[in-house]
Amino acid sequence: MAIELPFIWAGIIAFAVLAYVVLDGFDLGIGIVFPFFRQRRDRDVMTNSIAPVWDGNETWLVLGGGGLMAVFPLAYAIILPALYMPIILMLVSLIFRGVAFEFRWRTHHESHLWDFGFWIGSTVAALMQGIALGALVQGITVSGRHYAGGWWDWLTPFSILTGVAVLVGYALLGVTWLNLKTSGDIQSRSARLARPLSLLLLALIGVVSLWTPFINATYFDRWFRWPTAFFSSFVPLLLAACAFALWHGLTHGKHFQPFLSALGLFVLSFAGLGISFYPYIIPGVLKIQDAAAPESSLKFLLVGAAVLVPTILLYTGYAYWVFRGKIDPEEGYH
Amino acid sequence: MTFLGLSAEILARIQFAFTISFHFIFPAFSIGTASYLAVLNAIWLWTRDLAYLRLFEYWKTIFAVTFAMGVVSGIVMSYQFGTNWSVFSDKAGPIIGPLMGYEVLTAFFLEAGFLGIALFGRKRVGDTAHMIAVAIVALGTLISATWITAANSWMHTPAGFSIDTNGVFIPEDWWKIIFNPSFPYRMTHTVLAAFLTTAFAVGAVGAWHLLRDREDRQARIMFSMAMWMAAIVTPIQIFVGDLHGLNTLEHQPAKIAAMEGHYETHEHGAPLVLFGIPDDEAETTRYAVEIPKLGSLILKHELNGKIAGLKEWPRDQRPPALMPFITFRIMVGLGFLMLGIGLWSLWARWKGTLYQSTWLHRAAVLMGGSGIIAVLAGWYTTEVGRQPWTVYGHLRTSESLSPVSAPAVGASLLTFIVVYFIVFGAGVYYLLKLMRRPPTPLEDHELDAGPIRTAGITPGPSHDDPLGGRHGN
Repeated sequence: MAIELPFIWAGIIAFAVLAYVVLDGFDLGIGIVFPFFRQRRDRDVMTNSIAPVWDGNETWLVLGGGGLMAVFPLAYAIILPALYMPIILMLVSLIFRGVAFEFRWRTHHESHLWDFGFWIGSTVAALMQGIALGALVQGITVSGRHYAGGWWDWLTPFSILTGVAVLVGYALLGVTWLNLKTSGDIQSRSARLARPLSLLLLALIGVVSLWTPFINATYFDRWFRWPTAFFSSFVPLLLAACAFALWHGLTHGKHFQPFLSALGLFVLSFAGLGISFYPYIIPGVLKIQDAAAPESSLKFLLVGAAVLVPTILLYTGYAYWVFRGKIDPEEGYH
Repeated sequence: MTFLGLSAEILARIQFAFTISFHFIFPAFSIGTASYLAVLNAIWLWTRDLAYLRLFEYWKTIFAVTFAMGVVSGIVMSYQFGTNWSVFSDKAGPIIGPLMGYEVLTAFFLEAGFLGIALFGRKRVGDTAHMIAVAIVALGTLISATWITAANSWMHTPAGFSIDTNGVFIPEDWWKIIFNPSFPYRMTHTVLAAFLTTAFAVGAVGAWHLLRDREDRQARIMFSMAMWMAAIVTPIQIFVGDLHGLNTLEHQPAKIAAMEGHYETHEHGAPLVLFGIPDDEAETTRYAVEIPKLGSLILKHELNGKIAGLKEWPRDQRPPALMPFITFRIMVGLGFLMLGIGLWSLWARWKGTLYQSTWLHRAAVLMGGSGIIAVLAGWYTTEVGRQPWTVYGHLRTSESLSPVSAPAVGASLLTFIVVYFIVFGAGVYYLLKLMRRPPTPLEDHELDAGPIRTAGITPGPSHDDPLGGRHGN
């Protein structure tokens, strides 16, 4: 039991990060595609489709960060200084987009400025999250219990590639969400926009997947050596299935299927990362159990998490249920 | 390496102080406002008096803007422990982390999950479920305050832990960690401060509109409610503050010495220094205006009680005195002004001039931001007074810092300063605009009979749109 606790927690943190990525992913995606919808009216409908839920979605990011500090403090203490700049830029961007929800209603004259803030904030936040991920995959220089690399280590061709991939992925989640939640003109334009985004995302996933094994011998073994390759091979197969479902949904005018398939792409990419990382929390440097907080910390928080995380999922589900259905642009505001 | 002549440590401290000061303003206001909204909505459901529904709708919009700013400035805090204070996180994370983890799991999700329904969902879920959602949001803000003051209190009066060979704090007894010696006092003091912050803001808005229209029913109600809070809660807060001070004297006597401007130990009765300028170099408080024995009377509740001075501690274990000395006086001064307003309002109420007393209304408008200033001043007192430690007596601030260089911290500090002033400056401007709206709307949207909407989710009218009409082209 004592040995398993860190792994249970690694699972919970991974779940929080995944929940964040898919939930705030479509929120951020709506901001990213703002330039394609220039009418104030369209933008009102778009932000209204996420207004009641965005702040809950972003709470998963706080759980990811706060949870990492609680149960893997050493990993938190090494990763955050290593990713100093992308994290700060992400935080500042999230500020701009978070307040834009409210501020754009508080003024007529300056609302286009907050719309711009909503776009740039969403875009930079997505890019920085992807860059941070790429930097982590590439590896972090550690000495003792500290980050020992330079201030620009995070910026590499690979991390920029993962940054763009996440950006495109969020944009796809955003337009497929709009395809689900809106009707008429906004929906049809979103569905049209989803096609090139899908192709671009699949191409980027392909490049990142082929590049990753060559960064680190462990990754290579995981993906290309028997017997792990047998299990790993399910990931690309399922990815192909999701890609097919996505395209089928888009070309056949489905409402829910494209969004669900886009979520599937994210879940599978995330699973692929997990396969590469395990049993490390910082690849090649720090293992899950070595980063874990003392058992008393893990146990204390797990007691609560075991009850609270399912409860949170229940009432979050209820909140989504309350605001279910298509947004009616005529009645969307008063 | 330095940045503009400042070390990474001082820059990181300024950054934390800056970001948390901005952050703290919003929860300090939204904790009280959430409870106020719950009370307003409950009275509306109970009496079906439209004035309370109007007030609920009025303050709801203000709450939404404040809450959004609290959320985004709060996300910064949860990552700043790692970016600038990674050694603190590594060592104290096993204790601070789970407390904040519980805050996220029991409070943040709860607030976020039900906020959408509380703000936009009345028609969708019906009155009862809506009332429950509003109450849950209010409860969430209070749960949040509980966990975060527990974590903060533990840094002041750590208990229930051991330290391993890596210097990591190992939790041994969670009960003792949460209910550490200063927690009950700090928590009560903080929550009451949040209620007073809201009360004085609401009072100022009510007074402002009474100055324009004495007959405005909504303005009368909010002013009256706020003045009851001022009259009842301020004395309680002063009493609790005194208890908190006695607790600090027991556990952090050096902080008290700094707050009081005492360098020398007074064996037989310490004076109360009213004003002066503490000088840590010369170890004396210059230009001191003192009242003999009163310091001991307040702190020990006896005229000749012994009060330790800063010279009792080696220089490297003393907090800087100037800041806590000044901020403490600002907090206490504002506290007594609040008490004055509360008593004045009782007098006016008894005379039947509560809604006519122009001078009381003007004073209440002036005191609108007093809660926020007092909260910040009080917090500076306690946090600067904790120096030079992050975990009092066990982990020094200088040993808590990330391996960051001064230019990196300096650049991020400048970024935060620019962004915060733009974003939160605009936010405060919009809040003031919202508060300037008369509390009597020209139409009552919640009452028009109509189809249940798929999305009635606009958070209120914009300021330059008096009819609260639609924002189409």
